[in-house]
Amino acid sequence: MSKEILDSNDINRAIRRMAHEIIEKNKGTENLCLVGIQKGGVVLAGRLASQIESIEAGPIEVGALDITFYRDDLNTKEEQPVVKRTDVPFTITGKTVVLVDDVLFTGRSIRAAMDALTDFGRPAYIQLAVLIDRGHRELPIRADYAGKNIPTSFDDLVEVVLEEDNSKNRAVLISGQ
Amino acid sequence: MIKSKHLLGIKELSAKEIYHILDTASGFKDVLKRDIKKVPPLRGKSVVSLFFEPSTRTKTSFALAAKRLSADFVNFSVSTSSVIKGETIQDTALTIQSLGADFMIVRHASSGVPHLLSNILEMSVINAGDGANEHPTQALLDLFTILAHKKRIEGLTVSIIGDIAHSRVAKSNIYALTKLGANVRVICPPTLMPAEIEKLGVDVFHSTDKGVKNCDVVMTLRLQLERQSKGFLPSLEEYFNLYGLTSERLKLAKDDAIVMHPGPMNRGVEIESAVADGPQSVILEQVTNGIAVRMAVLYLLAGVKK
Amino acid sequence: MNILIKNGRVIDPSQNIDGYKDVLIKGRKIQGLYTKGKAPDAGKIIDASNCIVIPGLVDMHTHLREPGFEYKETIKTGTMAAVKGGFTTVCCMPNTKPVNDTIAVTEFILERSLKEGSCSVYPIGAITISQKSEALTELEAMIKAGCIAFSDDGMPVTNSVMMRRALEYSKIFKVPIISHCEDLNLSEGGVMNEGFVSTIVGLQGIPKAAEETMVARDLSLCELTGGRLHIAHVSTEGSVKLIRNAKSRGINVTAETCPHYFSLTDEAVISYDTNLKVNPPIRTAHDVEAIKEGLKDGTIDVIATDHAPHHIDDKNKEFDAAAFGISGLETAFALSLHLVEQGTMDLNQLIMKISITPSKIMGINKGTLSIDADADITIINPENKFIVDPSKFASKGKNSPFNKWQLKGTVEKTVSMGKVFEWK
Repeated sequence: MSKEILDSNDINRAIRRMAHEIIEKNKGTENLCLVGIQKGGVVLAGRLASQIESIEAGPIEVGALDITFYRDDLNTKEEQPVVKRTDVPFTITGKTVVLVDDVLFTGRSIRAAMDALTDFGRPAYIQLAVLIDRGHRELPIRADYAGKNIPTSFDDLVEVVLEEDNSKNRAVLISGQ
Repeated sequence: MIKSKHLLGIKELSAKEIYHILDTASGFKDVLKRDIKKVPPLRGKSVVSLFFEPSTRTKTSFALAAKRLSADFVNFSVSTSSVIKGETIQDTALTIQSLGADFMIVRHASSGVPHLLSNILEMSVINAGDGANEHPTQALLDLFTILAHKKRIEGLTVSIIGDIAHSRVAKSNIYALTKLGANVRVICPPTLMPAEIEKLGVDVFHSTDKGVKNCDVVMTLRLQLERQSKGFLPSLEEYFNLYGLTSERLKLAKDDAIVMHPGPMNRGVEIESAVADGPQSVILEQVTNGIAVRMAVLYLLAGVKK
Repeated sequence: MNILIKNGRVIDPSQNIDGYKDVLIKGRKIQGLYTKGKAPDAGKIIDASNCIVIPGLVDMHTHLREPGFEYKETIKTGTMAAVKGGFTTVCCMPNTKPVNDTIAVTEFILERSLKEGSCSVYPIGAITISQKSEALTELEAMIKAGCIAFSDDGMPVTNSVMMRRALEYSKIFKVPIISHCEDLNLSEGGVMNEGFVSTIVGLQGIPKAAEETMVARDLSLCELTGGRLHIAHVSTEGSVKLIRNAKSRGINVTAETCPHYFSLTDEAVISYDTNLKVNPPIRTAHDVEAIKEGLKDGTIDVIATDHAPHHIDDKNKEFDAAAFGISGLETAFALSLHLVEQGTMDLNQLIMKISITPSKIMGINKGTLSIDADADITIINPENKFIVDPSKFASKGKNSPFNKWQLKGTVEKTVSMGKVFEWK
């Protein structure tokens, strides 16, 4: 059984609000960059960046981070890993890096992403922005910016669709058995 | 996806599996370009090399690959072990497994040894060269290098020159290249051509000039110098005259053809220095790519459900 | 005590018999064949319903390994394997340690087989001392001691002059010279058939020419000398053609093949199963067809086992290092019976090739159910299926490439010199 939890408009509103919060918290965009986690976080990071750029003039650096090599479930997962693109074409040392992901769940992906990120350099700050926080953390990790908090069961699935065509964007909760 | 936890040969892999390994290897190639060339996925795993034949480059390449995946790497030295005291290869392998290793990188002069060990071991067995059978990671790194330059394998013409009969590198490359749709030519004297090789879908040449004509890739193989004493060849000089890769001969290939060699090279026997060091040579790149490819192999095999 | 074998289909090509008869055994001899119900009473009755009752099988090519390699096989276990496989006679090859090149070894084998053997054992002496192709053994003395043929099996007689002398000298005694045909230079380092499969698995091949060149040589020498030549373990199409041609020219040659040469092809070696390592090697499907054709048209006279038992430690090795040989006594008949099923030959021909003809070639009074013959009888249920399980072999050698094969034709009982062997 699946239920739509965010529609296209909800998502746009959430992204707008998060963009404002990021600017506010960091007092502008100086020294700020966004890094999206493959693969759900990459499109979202791009959308957040253009939103930030439209509020604060000037380009903002956006990277993509694949955390496959940093996961801790190589032996336990059913599917085998598929490596995706990592593209961080700028230095992150001394910067404020906002990690971006679509859904925050156990926190393990974020742990892996922070390990990966620190192999690229030494950021001044790492912050976390997620579209949906669904709870069930297994690590002491929390989001600095969350689009929406959604209560879920552990076995549920949350799917976020983000595409160029805004009308198709949505987030769906699929109940687990 | 990768089906077996062992890598015994290219024979046993599908085209899809080969591409999956190569795709994963490009991820590791990126890692190797960073300042911190190490990732953590094989933390707590150990990799043991068991080489019954001398090898420096393959063993070192596997060692670096393992270490860059954060695995522990131990070389089980055959010359100082009980193997020379008459222990069977199975007992040696089971001993290493009991020590708690997760991967065994094995090289042996006798074909089929990795298969033999894979039948009795729980751990992953990776073939680092068995007799005249296969050397799968060499072929994978060769494919990776070709792809880096040519962006495709399908439709390319690859000419392999050398001691095909005794070359596991040639065999693995023949399987890999034909599976991915390349045209493969093998060039060597009839004394060094294995029986019925054409049944593998390759074109057989005894003339180097004809064999390298218009090809995209020239791969020369190391000639074991003892072939001469066994009557396969009258002399190394004559071999060089007939099968040595010279600048003149290389001109017959396509202008943008690349030159490959699995190493170690015998300069002046199978390859001229001017070619080995020339602008078309990608020989040192092969070595670099070997680490990324072996990282991919170790990493993917670790992810195969036991 | 007399024994009566009842209700079986008796097939004895030596007397042109094929029909339901009862066989009466008295002591170590056959008392007679009777039509149903006509036989006198006997102390022991064997019911052979659904079975064929045939002359005991004769293997003219067995390695019993004793003396010297008792860890691989002994005369006791080898002859037990023989009767379990339906063989009541085995001729044992001389490549023991020491080599059977003196009467001392011959006498030892015969004494030991009388004491511990389950079937009749006839030693084959070495052609040359220590099988080194340098000097002939004392044929007369060894024949007197009990040798019935000579061979350097396991090793070829590399020296052509020595082979010529052997074929000449043996004419005095009219004994066969059995040739293991292999050019050692051509086969050096080889572990399987040379061909596409050896290319694929990367193992060094033994070309067919390694066998055929020596078959050709020995046929020429046989023609030259008028000696009595028998070619062992024929494995290639070329050898079949050479022998066929020689026979058509009247050369006094006979030949044998083994079940593995008509049951297996080299493609099986892709598994690197060392139980497939045998010399000469298992060849191609093409050769298998030629071997069957040779059996059919009589070019190949005999099916022998080349039973070559090995200890597991000698096989449980890398392919290059593993020993050559197949433990064949306990699967030979069922594999051969498959040829009857396939229409390659009929039961009569099969019994000729695996009992009667080898007896004739070796000059022994075996391979017949005639009155007063030795009571060597094999009772086989030709329809009964079984799964080959080498761990249950009586032979010490469990080295069978036919492990887990389903075959048809079980040996129900073997009578060897009047003694009944049966298995549960």
